[in-house]
Amino acid sequence: MKPAPFTYHRASSIEDAVAQLSSEETLARPLAGGQSLLPMLNLRVAPVDRLIDLGRLAELKETQAETACVRYGALLTHAAFEDRCVPDGSNGLMPFVASQIAFRAVRTRGTIGGAIALADPAADWVTTVVAMEASIEIAGPSGKRSVPAAEFVLGPYMVALEPGEIITAVVVPRRSSSERWGHYKVARKIGEYAESMAIALVDRDARNARLVAGATDGAPLVLENAARAVLNGKTGAALASVIREELSASGRDFPATKLHLHCTVCQRAVEAIHS
Amino acid sequence: MKTSVTLTINGETSEHSVEPRTSLADVLRESMRLTATHLGCEQGVCGACTILVDGQPARACLILAVAAEGLDIRTLEGMADDALMRTIKDSFHEKHGLQCGFCTPGMLISSWDLIKRRGALPERDIRVAMSGNLCRCTGYQNIVRSIKAASETWAAHPEVCR
Repeated sequence: MKPAPFTYHRASSIEDAVAQLSSEETLARPLAGGQSLLPMLNLRVAPVDRLIDLGRLAELKETQAETACVRYGALLTHAAFEDRCVPDGSNGLMPFVASQIAFRAVRTRGTIGGAIALADPAADWVTTVVAMEASIEIAGPSGKRSVPAAEFVLGPYMVALEPGEIITAVVVPRRSSSERWGHYKVARKIGEYAESMAIALVDRDARNARLVAGATDGAPLVLENAARAVLNGKTGAALASVIREELSASGRDFPATKLHLHCTVCQRAVEAIHS
Repeated sequence: MKTSVTLTINGETSEHSVEPRTSLADVLRESMRLTATHLGCEQGVCGACTILVDGQPARACLILAVAAEGLDIRTLEGMADDALMRTIKDSFHEKHGLQCGFCTPGMLISSWDLIKRRGALPERDIRVAMSGNLCRCTGYQNIVRSIKAASETWAAHPEVCR
């Protein structure tokens, strides 16, 4: 199908984009890589009067490598991470996750900021930035602010962006070199959105662990009890029961099959950690 | 309302009057008559419209023509003299890598990018990397064979191919 008519504006600066998106008369949406928005427009499931193209804003494609963190411009593509064109502070987790997103011809255009702003629960970056305790930098009509990733994603397709605000960067704290990661994803076919995914981060030296379940019916779930159980050496059925209990107590209404799937995927993410 | 956009397609610039909602794929097909770029799903899944944008594979159905100004757009027609593409085409011919031919331009461009980036590949890696291109004739066996043979030829004899 073809999209319904809309008008188009190529933003000349972040301020220009924010001003255009703040207009109350028209329903304006920002266009980043367009790899989710364009299909939605083609299918006519996302109403829009005016597209504000962020694609030419060079400052949104910059990277700053700092001692404690790496700041990634929102418009960096998945392929830029996959090809390691940007510095990595995640012990290889981010390049790996990027390489698993959709297809190469989508990864060359789709952006990290766009994926997080849309917040499809099954999107790989959404779970990943929560797991890595990243923060999301935002510019808007009332200035700049920064929100922890775990507070940024509110639910399926719901984020903490106010009208007129855009994501400018994703700031990822450098993970310790003694930390190891495990990732597991179940999808019907390669490149398809995940049915379930999980990321485990374990640093036995620092006694630190995180386990995050993604592709659920809402925001990623940070499983603190299960992470503690991993640190305390629980494995197999004992670990599975902690994970299942914590998922069940999360307040999400998981059908039995989904609960079993998420539980299995979390456990496999832990098992995927190469020591 | 139509706007004017200057596009660089296969090395040549041309001016087009388009609606903002017009996809790059529609400009290529309808106004440039570059019909190697096929449109299947128009939602980024089938891969039939895969082209090269700044040397990287991209879906022509998921790029707005108005947003494509200044990009280096290359379609299959613009790769006629490319040595690697010739190797891949020969291999598709040799191994019978197509039936109806609808998916073929996308298959050729995706495999061109794959071989260029990663050289000779085992079958499994080819299947994973080509998962974004669908063949509704389900002729995957021969498509994978064609790509594998082309990647091996290219890796073994790049000087002959070039």
